[in-house]
Amino acid sequence: MAGRTYAYYPGCALHGTAREYDVSARLVCQTLNVKLQEIKDWSCCGASSAASLSPLLGIALPAHNLKLAAAMELPITTPCAMCSYRLKTAAHELKDEATARQVSEVLGSAVGPEVTVEPLLQVLSEDLSFPIRKPLTGLKVACYYGCLLVRPKSVLQFDDEENPQTMDRLITALGAEAIDWGLKTECCGAGLPLARPDLVHRLAYRIISLAQRLGADCIATACPMCQSNLDIHQKEIEAEHGEKLGLPIFYFTQLLGLALGFTPRELYLHKHLTNPLPLLRAKGLG
Amino acid sequence: MARIGVFVCHCGSNIAGTVNIAQVMAAAQTMPLVTFVADNKYSCSEIGQTAIREAILKQKLERVVIAACSPQMHEATFRKTVAQAGLNPYLLEIANIREHCSWVHSNDKAAATKKAIELVKMAVAKVARHEALFTKEIGLTKKALVIGGGISGIQAALDMANAGYPVILVEREPTIGGRMAQLDKTFPTLDCSSCILTPKMVEVAQHPNITLLTYAEVKSVRGFVGNFEVEILQRARKVDASKCTSCGICWQKCPEKIPAEFNLGLGPRAAIYTPFPQAVPNIPSIDLAHCRYIKYQEFVARGEEGKKPPQCRICERLCPPQAIDWEQSDQVLVEKVGAIVVATGYQTFDHTRYGEFGAGRYPDVITGIQLERLLSASGPTEGEVVRPSDGTHPKTVVFVSCVGSRDERMGRAYCSNVCCMYMAKQAILLKEHDPEVQSYIFYIDIRAGGKGYEEFIRRAQEEARAIYLRGRISHIYQDGKKLIVRGEDSLLGRPVEIAADLVVLATGIEPSAGAKELAQSLNISYDAHGFMVEAHPKLRPVESRTEGIFLAGTAIAPNDIPGCVAQGSAAAVKALAVLSRPSLVSDPMVAIVDPLRCTGCFACQRACAFNAIDSQVTRDGKTIAVVNESLCKGCGLCVSACRGVAMNLKGFSQQQLLAEVNALWR
Ligand SMILES: Cc1cc2nc3c(=O)[nH]c(=O)nc-3n(C[C@H](O)[C@H](O)[C@H](O)COP(=O)(O)OP(=O)(O)OC[C@H]3O[C@@H](n4cnc5c(N)ncnc54)[C@H](O)[C@@H]3O)c2cc1C
Repeated sequence: MAGRTYAYYPGCALHGTAREYDVSARLVCQTLNVKLQEIKDWSCCGASSAASLSPLLGIALPAHNLKLAAAMELPITTPCAMCSYRLKTAAHELKDEATARQVSEVLGSAVGPEVTVEPLLQVLSEDLSFPIRKPLTGLKVACYYGCLLVRPKSVLQFDDEENPQTMDRLITALGAEAIDWGLKTECCGAGLPLARPDLVHRLAYRIISLAQRLGADCIATACPMCQSNLDIHQKEIEAEHGEKLGLPIFYFTQLLGLALGFTPRELYLHKHLTNPLPLLRAKGLG
Repeated sequence: MARIGVFVCHCGSNIAGTVNIAQVMAAAQTMPLVTFVADNKYSCSEIGQTAIREAILKQKLERVVIAACSPQMHEATFRKTVAQAGLNPYLLEIANIREHCSWVHSNDKAAATKKAIELVKMAVAKVARHEALFTKEIGLTKKALVIGGGISGIQAALDMANAGYPVILVEREPTIGGRMAQLDKTFPTLDCSSCILTPKMVEVAQHPNITLLTYAEVKSVRGFVGNFEVEILQRARKVDASKCTSCGICWQKCPEKIPAEFNLGLGPRAAIYTPFPQAVPNIPSIDLAHCRYIKYQEFVARGEEGKKPPQCRICERLCPPQAIDWEQSDQVLVEKVGAIVVATGYQTFDHTRYGEFGAGRYPDVITGIQLERLLSASGPTEGEVVRPSDGTHPKTVVFVSCVGSRDERMGRAYCSNVCCMYMAKQAILLKEHDPEVQSYIFYIDIRAGGKGYEEFIRRAQEEARAIYLRGRISHIYQDGKKLIVRGEDSLLGRPVEIAADLVVLATGIEPSAGAKELAQSLNISYDAHGFMVEAHPKLRPVESRTEGIFLAGTAIAPNDIPGCVAQGSAAAVKALAVLSRPSLVSDPMVAIVDPLRCTGCFACQRACAFNAIDSQVTRDGKTIAVVNESLCKGCGLCVSACRGVAMNLKGFSQQQLLAEVNALWR
């Protein structure tokens, strides 16, 4: 990874609600000499809505970005799990010639499945010998992958569907302890926080409370949707269950950034609603 | 020239409903050398056969064509018929106008009739060139080999031995008993497994007609029905069986402890061990991979630097009759047998392939066979059902069915047959052990087709109060001391979640390791999973397609104990039908070498799958091929391999086949 250049696809969330993911991703990549060239004029990947409205649109939107990256002659990396899922799915679908022809027609120029797409988690865990300035000793982390990073395996070809290990290995390399738990690829409620907040609360509670019962101090994520669903609703969930949670929800890039010596402010940790600073201070990391 | 008679069969409406019999008969009248044509409503009936016999005598027929069903069905019948009329039975040819014609062309009667005429024409042309063939008598060894000492193999061995025939029983584990020895009680009557199995094991050991070879494996098999030659590898136990008194001091004092295979890792065993107290024979074996003295010897042999490991040899020092024998080595025995029963049984599916069930990470997610060991009074916990993780008594137990069965994702479309029943059994036994236990059984369908089986399921539901939930499990994970089991209740259409203390996976049944390799060395067929294939799934369920080799038990397909015992007995009867014959009759339709044409290239020998081509030196010093008629199966591979047209197959000679083809365009 070090020294390699990627076509960087931040995706919409990282330019909006998940700024801190973008900022921390760029900081750690810079330190680790992973060069990111943001794709010029990138467009939305279609997220969960495009494909459910029209399968063709669901492929054409990410295919547009694949085409731009192909012109740059670079592999794509993206921090966002949803974006990597859509981009990889499109590349997979484009292996079918009829689909490729149809999509090329829509886009007005030929597009194929050639571009490789690697989620940033994969890129950054290729070499775990990080130049660590501040080891995260004593921090117990529940690594949470969500649905989209590893499923379906036949398309994504990245780690185990039920018990993935990539983030756990990365977190362990930072000096923290990754706990073994069974909800790593559980659903967080996805895009339903407005339509069905009850559901999102139930699912988020299940995940956060198990992590806490098993001794985790915090949760690490690799997906803007997971992060916000687990982070934003904790106060309401606490009220519903009469239980104290307060489990900070980090992006893995932020924990990596801390270990590489960046300050919480540089990593935009103040953007989180569940304040991580008391924990970091308690562990001597803040 | 020969006088040929043609008999056309209606087979009721099977043939006559599609093929115009009158037209076939009229056409046959005009075929060369045909002097007589008749039809029959059912040629195979007694009336039909009598008509054929009478016609042969009255019409002085010298060759016969019967246009009827497949030769697979009735060639043997009609050979007898013509023989009774004084003809050589091989002067008969069958034209298959049923399976090859009327059945497959029932929608086009005219074309079917035309094809039937052509098939008869070919048969007439071929039979004109038939020669009389004669069978030979061959001797046989009146002894049987049984491979696998589970309940299926034990039953087969005992039945044959009790009929007065010597039997060699080869078992690769240090004891016989198979999987049944690991079970606690058995459905549907709940009799204790070892109580009904142990007497049979002892009977095997003491039977004067049975030679029991445990810790042994079949290495190779040559020969043919009646005359197999088998190489058996007897592995060294390093214990002199003639001295050992089974006192048990060695395995009590051995300092090495490893997880016991027999208890599926739920308890330890020593490096010198018998798998369980009632093992037969009750002679311990030294596990070479774990014995300290063997490790020491290997260390010395490698000539490595550093501290030598301890020599140990405690068993040797403490053995009262001095039965430990380090010099004992593996031996290869060669035995001749006349029939073989394959009863190599099963193993259970490796559930760690299921990531959603934890892939083996959770100690309290166990398998059905592990629960058998926990339930068993002779098991690692002496019959106390406790959680492997912390030794506490589970109160909420969830059973998951079809783990590695009926799951295309795992490449297992088949049903394992016994799991529905043993889950019900285990739910009943758990309740008996501890009335506070609540069992939940997740199922896809409840398969309880045996005698008294459905009633047994009811008993689990009504007496043991097991709750049956129809649906698959999607996820199991650990939450503190509980296992959270999530799945679907597909009858209510709702997700369910149960916080369980113990989860039991009903892992499916698959063939024993090495089954495929064994089948290859025996030259018998196996299916995609490695289960042995029957000669006919309905009519010949315990015979392989290789004569003289029979099958029994779970080596064929998942089955319960009653089924395995029935198959063991059935295979024994089939084997006895071979062994009890005074001699065997050889099939004369074998390959033959024309010594004038053979150049001695031996392409035929390389093509032969049955080692049936030998070499021979002629009087003028030429080395040529010769067919060993008792090994030849008449497959014809050598005929196609022969470049000099020196090979021929009796009954299917090149001249006969060419005549058939020529007849088609004439
Ligand atoms: C959890 C569980 C519970 C069950 N409970 C019941 C019950 O209550 N009632 C019931 O009717 N059935 C029950 N069954 C089914 C029962 O176990 C089988 O029907 C029966 O044990 C099969 O016997 P077998 O002889 O065919 O095979 P096995 O018992 O597997 O015996 C085969 C033997 O062959 C040996 N072998 C294998 N390969 C070779 C080789 N190449 N050379 C030499 N030896 C070899 C093996 O070591 C083994 O000893 C249960 C099954 C399971 C998994």
